Amino acid sequence: MNYKLQFSELLPHWDVLLWGLLFTVVLTVVSTVAGIAVGTAGASARTFGPKWLGNLVAAYVEVIRNTPFIVQLFFIFFGLPAAGLKLDESTAAFLAMTINLGAYSTEIIRAGIEAVPKGHIEAGISLAMTKWEVLRHIVLKQAFEKIYPALSSQIIIVMLGSAVVSQISAQDLTYAANLIASRNFRNFEVYLLVALAYLLLAMLTRSLLRGLGRILFKAK
Amino acid sequence: MFFKKSMLAAAFALAAAAQATPVHADALDSIMAAKVIKVAVPQDFAPFGSAGLDLKPQGYDIDMANLIGKALGVKVEIIAVTSANRIPYLQTKKADIVISSLGKNAEREKVIDFSAAYAPFFSGVFGTKDIKVASADELKGKTIGATRGAIEEQELTKLAPADTTIKRFEDNNATIAAFVSGQVDLIATGNTVAAAIAEKVPARAPALKFVIKESPCFIGLNKEEPKLLAKLNEIIAQAKTSGDIAKLSEKWLKAPLPPGF
Repeated sequence: MNYKLQFSELLPHWDVLLWGLLFTVVLTVVSTVAGIAVGTAGASARTFGPKWLGNLVAAYVEVIRNTPFIVQLFFIFFGLPAAGLKLDESTAAFLAMTINLGAYSTEIIRAGIEAVPKGHIEAGISLAMTKWEVLRHIVLKQAFEKIYPALSSQIIIVMLGSAVVSQISAQDLTYAANLIASRNFRNFEVYLLVALAYLLLAMLTRSLLRGLGRILFKAK
Repeated sequence: MFFKKSMLAAAFALAAAAQATPVHADALDSIMAAKVIKVAVPQDFAPFGSAGLDLKPQGYDIDMANLIGKALGVKVEIIAVTSANRIPYLQTKKADIVISSLGKNAEREKVIDFSAAYAPFFSGVFGTKDIKVASADELKGKTIGATRGAIEEQELTKLAPADTTIKRFEDNNATIAAFVSGQVDLIATGNTVAAAIAEKVPARAPALKFVIKESPCFIGLNKEEPKLLAKLNEIIAQAKTSGDIAKLSEKWLKAPLPPGF
C-alpha cells in the first residue's frame, strides 16, 4: 500500500470529533429510554388493551418497520414543516430514533409478554392484584427477562443507525467525520478513526447492557 | 469501402480548404463575410442553456448569442455543446465563440481568450425577504444552511462570526430542501441554484443578501483575434448600458444584476 496514513492531520479537529461522540452517546441514551418506554406501552396496549388501540399500535408498527429509517427521518425534518411542525435537527433526530426504536421494541416486548404463562396472570388476579400491578410485577418483569438479549441487540442497531442523522445536519460523530474529510480530504484516516470509535462505543454499550442485565435479573 | 472512405476524406479536405481563410484574417471578417456566426451554447445547464419543451435550446446564453448576432447583423447558428467539449469546439473552429457559462481560470487562459463578463455567476448568501443581512458580520447569531465541501461553504466558514450556526448538509438537494421546508431561512449557494428555487417554489424565492465570491461568465474566443474580441467587448458594454443584460438577468436568473457588474 503506497498511501501514507497521516493521522496527525486529524488532531486539530479533536473538538469536532469529541462533540460528535458526545452527541451520539446522548442521542442514543435518551432515545433508548424513550423508545423502550414507547415499546412497553405499545406492547401492553396491543396485548391487553381495547381492540381499537391494538389496531392503532399494529398500524404504527407496520409502517415504521417497513420503511427505511432515513425516509422516516427526512419526513420528520423536511416534510413535517409543511404541515406546520418545524423541529430543529437534534429534536428531529431524537424523535425519529425514538419512533423507530419504539416500533421494533413493541414487537420484541410483545413476544416476551405473550410468552408469560396465562396461569401467572390468573394467579395474580386471584390474589386481588389490580390489572396494573399484574402488568408491572408479573407480566413485564418476566417479559423483559426473556427478551433482554434481543432488546440489547436492537439498542445497538439503533445506536449504529444514528449515524444517519448526520444527513439532516445533526452534529453527531458521522457529521464530524464528513466535515473533517471535506476539509483535508483524508477520507481513509477519518473514516477509519470514526469506524473504530463506533466499534468501541458498541462494545462498551454491549458490556454495559450485559452488566445491567445481570443486576436486574440476578445473573441467569 | 476504403475507396469510399478516402473519397469522403478527400471531399472533406477540399471543403475545408475552400473555407480556409487567408493567413491572419481575423475571425470577425470571416463572420461578417459569411453573414453567420457559429455560437456554442450549453444544452444541459439551466438556466444558461437547456432544451425547452419544444426541444429547442433556450436560456441566458442563447439569448446572449442572439443579442450578439443582432448587433453584428448576421445570422446565428446555435451549436449545442457540453462542458467537456466546448473549448475543443472553439479550438477546432467548429464554433466561432463559446457562450456557455464559461468561467475564467489560468489553465483556460493559456489556450483561449475571454471577453468581458456578460453574466453574473456568484455564490452568495440568500434568504427570505424579511431577513436583513448585509454582510458576513451580520450573520451573528443567525442560522444558515450550506452544502458541505462547496466553495461557498468553505468561504462562509472563514467569513462568518463564531456564533453563527452553520447547518451543513451532505448535498445540494438537502440544502435546498432545508430552505424550501423552512428549516433554515438563509442559505449560501450559487445564484443559479437560487434562481432554480425561485422558479420552482415562488413562495420561498431566495433574495440575495450579499455576495461571497464572484465567478462571472465570459465569452470564449480563440487567441489572436483582436478585432473579434474588441467587437464582442463593445457589444457587451453596449448591452450593459442599454439594460439588455439586466433584462436577461431578470428573465433567466430571476434576480437583478449584482451591484458593480
